[in-house]
Amino acid sequence: MAGGAASGGGPRADTYAADRTWLLLPAWVTLSILVLAPVAMMLVYSFLTKEFRGGVIWEFSLAAYDQFFFDRGLFGDEPPRIEWTYILIFWRSIWQAGAATLLSLLIGLPTAYYIATRPARQRAVWLFLITIPYWVNLLIRTVSMKFLLRDQGPLNDALLGLGVIDAPLSIVNTNLAVQLGLFYSYLPFMVLPIYAAVERYNFALSEAAADLYATRWVILRRILLPNVRPGIIAGCVLVFVPSLGSFLAPDLLGGARNFMIGSLIEEQFKGNAGNWPFGAAASMILLTLVLILLLAFARAQSRESR
Amino acid sequence: MAKRYDLRVYPGFRAVTFLCLFVLYAPLVVVMVYSFNASPSITNWEGLSLRWYADVFTGPESAKFKAAARNSFVIALVAASVATAIATLSATAILRGGRFRLRLVSFGLISLPLMVPEIVTAVATLIFFNAIGFDRGLLTILLAHIAFCIPFAYLPIAARMQGIEDTYEQAAMDLYATRRQAFVRVLLPLMMPGIVSGFLLAFIVSLDDFIITNFVKGAGVETLPTAIFGSVKQGIRPNIMAISTMLLAVSVVMVTLSWLISRRDTTR
Amino acid sequence: MKKLLTTSALALSLAAGAASAEGKLVIYHWFEYIPQELLDKFAAEHDVEVVMDTYDSNEALLAALKAGAIGTYDVAVPGDYMVQIMAGEGLLDTIAEGELANKGNIQPQWADPAFDPGRTHSIPYQWGSTSFMVNRDVWQGDINTTDILFNPPAELSGKINMLDSQGEVLAMAALHMGIPQCSTDREQLKALNAMLQEAKTHWASFNSDTAKEVLVSGDAAVGQIYDGFGAKARAEGANVEYAFPTQGYVVWMDNVVLLKDAPNRENALKFMDFLLEPENIAAVSNYARYVAGVEGVAPYLDPELATQPESNPPAEAGPGVFIAVCDQATQEVYDQIWTNLKK
Repeated sequence: MAGGAASGGGPRADTYAADRTWLLLPAWVTLSILVLAPVAMMLVYSFLTKEFRGGVIWEFSLAAYDQFFFDRGLFGDEPPRIEWTYILIFWRSIWQAGAATLLSLLIGLPTAYYIATRPARQRAVWLFLITIPYWVNLLIRTVSMKFLLRDQGPLNDALLGLGVIDAPLSIVNTNLAVQLGLFYSYLPFMVLPIYAAVERYNFALSEAAADLYATRWVILRRILLPNVRPGIIAGCVLVFVPSLGSFLAPDLLGGARNFMIGSLIEEQFKGNAGNWPFGAAASMILLTLVLILLLAFARAQSRESR
Repeated sequence: MAKRYDLRVYPGFRAVTFLCLFVLYAPLVVVMVYSFNASPSITNWEGLSLRWYADVFTGPESAKFKAAARNSFVIALVAASVATAIATLSATAILRGGRFRLRLVSFGLISLPLMVPEIVTAVATLIFFNAIGFDRGLLTILLAHIAFCIPFAYLPIAARMQGIEDTYEQAAMDLYATRRQAFVRVLLPLMMPGIVSGFLLAFIVSLDDFIITNFVKGAGVETLPTAIFGSVKQGIRPNIMAISTMLLAVSVVMVTLSWLISRRDTTR
Repeated sequence: MKKLLTTSALALSLAAGAASAEGKLVIYHWFEYIPQELLDKFAAEHDVEVVMDTYDSNEALLAALKAGAIGTYDVAVPGDYMVQIMAGEGLLDTIAEGELANKGNIQPQWADPAFDPGRTHSIPYQWGSTSFMVNRDVWQGDINTTDILFNPPAELSGKINMLDSQGEVLAMAALHMGIPQCSTDREQLKALNAMLQEAKTHWASFNSDTAKEVLVSGDAAVGQIYDGFGAKARAEGANVEYAFPTQGYVVWMDNVVLLKDAPNRENALKFMDFLLEPENIAAVSNYARYVAGVEGVAPYLDPELATQPESNPPAEAGPGVFIAVCDQATQEVYDQIWTNLKK
């Protein structure tokens, strides 16, 4: 990803090389103060001693990471074993977010493509059509989604009435409901970057391929998709990462029977546990995972494009 | 050359798009219908009524919701504009600034707000504001929103800029355009679709944010999401549905206006 | 762009420069828990500008104050156990003898509660209970037993919504097993852990935000719920009944506390005196459907409140107990049990 979005246009493009310092200055100032400094503070907190009921004591401690990786039994006095609880929670979240991203891509890519190939003056309207639902608060949208998917909800009524199914589908409180909720939460984050990429795709490339007797699906796979890949990658990142940390859809649609990363971390800061260093440590582990994932992706991509 | 078929058209893509719109709008229909429910419940239908719309404007919470809506819009507008500007400048440096040491680091920094779980940013920012003795209020919300909107604006903008060959600007500069002119007259117009989608993303992200806002807002300052989240803790009532429906109406009006404007532009 | 900046600057200044009254009072409160008219009345009587901020759980209140919000607010409204925790954390100011003119109005049963002996930091706001409701269309048998939640009949299994709140769930579980809430007995704790793992197989969801909606819509046949929400669920037409288990149920009381470093301490005390007047606190009860802890409110109360089944436990009901505050070592075991339950 990093290589992808950063390298397009190529490092050869250096029109504004002389201006780059002041061009980057606003971003550096804003983000250093508002993101980098707080994240650095979190990193420090993850190595501090927890204060009972929230807060930290300024003493170095590895307890937070120990709690994450080692299981010492209910009373904390058994010999340490590998702790699977949090790994399982992370795995579950990654899996759910991945499934939601795939779903968003399957629906979002054709949608973005379709919009980008509309006549120029219709496109703005189509884009707004995709973003209008997001003027309604996420909580309200999620609750309405739940209403639709209920056992006695309109979806089941319609399917029963049409004779498609004999008994109501139980969707609420399942993983599928969570994935649908996440998909619904972040769909424009998939559509908009892909749209921006397809919109500047040069269809002469497709024409050329067609002249060489490529079928349109071959063109799609071999020419179009590689060309709009930066948009697809941006879209996947924008859906995957927020899905990882979200807790509204899992809570309301999934029934919150199991922690997801987001609710686990939230519980450390706002819940009963009040274990700030552990919440900070879990966040740092999540951050590290995401960064490793993205770096691996960037490497694979830059190797491929070489 | 006679085309065998339209290469731009893929069978099924239109169907998927309409399916997509259906999925997006079905829950909104629920919201709209139940905003007209006479009953205070959101699950039992008791006939048509406008009482919840009246409640939004004249009810005991009307002042709070009005203030919250105003705050939300001002913050979203300013945060998205500033973030889009910062993102455009950064994308230009990163994609058109040649090879330099801090290039990847800069990109990483810009993406950072995306990688950090919101709740962490929220707590960390709160602790940070407290540490430097910054009073919480509307300004702290605005600053926090600008920061996390930057990557959302950046990615569509960068995705677009990558696809624009720098030959256009080079050509302009060969014709004695200054770098500034090449940027303003050539690159920016070509970038517009990316900038618009970047702004839109940033705008809705800011408009919908709850977690960070809830932590960094000052006493008595509400945005729509914090007001709505607080309100539904006491049970979801149709007045929230009415507010949502009105927000939808506002956005539809904006769409219509933008469509009319774009039509006038092309017919001129 | 220039126009945009002007507009936003205007809006920012509008939002910032509203202060004009003599004094000020900054309340940190639950959302929708006090009628606006009552705040206006106080503001008019004392020429004070009232600013309110809201939180959504006792723990969120504590987290915000510990993260540095202390010194911003004058009063807050924590629940019973949270008063004790906040006092222990040094977040509360002490109300000296004689500083509250209306302190004598507090009902004797609430004048010296265990969570704030002698009421040195707080005054009663509202109280009620947390139990559960059962859909009578689905289950006609006895509901006044915690077995409904933890060992339910087949008809109710898989149709139970629990509150997504450690305190309420674990306190109810302790009542069910007849063990103390802060047990240090290892066998009891292991049994509690095992019992919850088993009970979870019967539960459909953990949800606090839509605890009422799932009962009204019929998505859940049993739901753990606060009494006031229960009354609202019933009022919305659901055939649900609030249970008072013979094993006992959870009682809670919210209290107005004087925060440490309150910027407007004088006004905070005036506000507390104001809320100790029967007429004023009765207005809160009528609004929130809970019970006040002040003498002489009856004449001002909505008559329906007096007969509301959710506020009137039957004679055979078990004891109502507050959520207990455990010491650190014990609490860590309970936190672990909760994590095990939700992993």
